[in-house]
Amino acid sequence: MIEIENVHKSFGDLDVIKGVSLTVNKGEVVSIIGGSGSGKSTLLMCINGLEVIQQGSIRVDGTEVHNKATDLNRLRQKIGIVFQQWNAFPHLTVLENVMLAPRKVLGQSRAEAEDIAVRQLTHVGLADKLKVFPGKLSGGQQQRMAIARALAMSPDYMLFDEATSALDPQLVGEVLDTMRMLAEDGMTMVLVTHEISFAREVSDRVAFFRNGLVHEIGTPEQVLVSPQYAETADFLKSVL
Amino acid sequence: MLTTSITSTDLLFLLQGAWTTILLTLWAMLLGTAGGVICGLLRATLPRATLPLAWVLDAFRSVPLLIQFVLFNSLKSIAGLDWSAFSVACAVLGVYAAAYCTEIVRSGVLAVSPNVRRAGRSLGMNYWQDLRYIVLPMATRIAFPGWLNLALSVMKDTALVMWIGIVELLRASQIIVTRIQEPLLVLCIAGLIYYFISLVVARLGNQLEKRWQEND
Repeated sequence: MIEIENVHKSFGDLDVIKGVSLTVNKGEVVSIIGGSGSGKSTLLMCINGLEVIQQGSIRVDGTEVHNKATDLNRLRQKIGIVFQQWNAFPHLTVLENVMLAPRKVLGQSRAEAEDIAVRQLTHVGLADKLKVFPGKLSGGQQQRMAIARALAMSPDYMLFDEATSALDPQLVGEVLDTMRMLAEDGMTMVLVTHEISFAREVSDRVAFFRNGLVHEIGTPEQVLVSPQYAETADFLKSVL
Repeated sequence: MLTTSITSTDLLFLLQGAWTTILLTLWAMLLGTAGGVICGLLRATLPRATLPLAWVLDAFRSVPLLIQFVLFNSLKSIAGLDWSAFSVACAVLGVYAAAYCTEIVRSGVLAVSPNVRRAGRSLGMNYWQDLRYIVLPMATRIAFPGWLNLALSVMKDTALVMWIGIVELLRASQIIVTRIQEPLLVLCIAGLIYYFISLVVARLGNQLEKRWQEND
């Protein structure tokens, strides 16, 4: 379970998150929508400690993320994250990209890591690209590789930071299919997304962020179909 | 007109000088790269705290190498160090190369996208794993052409060690010129030897780069 309580985050004078509370239960898929600068991507980075927070608390399975005593490297092993810019390791093959962290962080043997990596890459439809370098892949393929890379650590949670925003429109579908598959497998997921119809389809709950706050939260039907607030409706109108 | 009094012994003498040039370059680049990687990583990681280091290294980049040789050689005598001229040459060239290499390494490390490093950290890698498996391999590919440039330039700068009494390729050719009075021929031969050494180094470098580029 991810428990976010009254989190404040600022970059210098700029307050990005101004008191967000949100709980994500095991097995739940929560989508975060909202305009740029609303703090949604930043919140994702705070969940696995890639960004520090100024106030409040975030607990993952009871572990305080922003506590000096917390072993972040250990915590991050169970929180996979997929970035907007897929961030492939360009000097490693697709297979090596996926094998690197399981081998170095989890201490798996080469055979063991390869076994898992091949399975994950097959799962995302890249079984024929194992020995290829990421530079030779399309954006959609690189993003699917990034998903497999995160999954190879067998995380309990997956965070998606606008995973399809940097992709050509015709490549969005393949990545969404992969994410849909994960959701159906029961993975606990937090998605920051602009794909409203996708959010509606896979999410258990949707949160609309505005000015660093959760403006509206509820089931996809409540938030996306019959929003309670005018700002939510305006936002939806602007992106649809 | 086409007769020459250059002998095979002279050629051998030139080749011996060339060997000294190669040895000096190897040592200088070995020391320079080791120092450069350490200082460059420090400069990239702690830019503010290592500012004094940058000033010191700047001095070595700004003062002509010849002055550095002469100064260090005198300092050595004053301090009573019992170093051979060759050791002095390696030390001075090594520090000089390290000063340049620091900037090459620093730019390479800073060119690695912070987002890619983030991806590494997000997988649970610690700082050193990120450095070892992601930053350094990527930075090496970025910094390599600059480093190769430095190696070639140091190779030619080794000629200055003649001022502290080492006979390397250029000094060897001057000695022969003094005796047989055929500067054009002798310098051409010396130049060809320099060119040949550079060619081998550049070729090896290109091969390495090509192998890396195939991956991109």
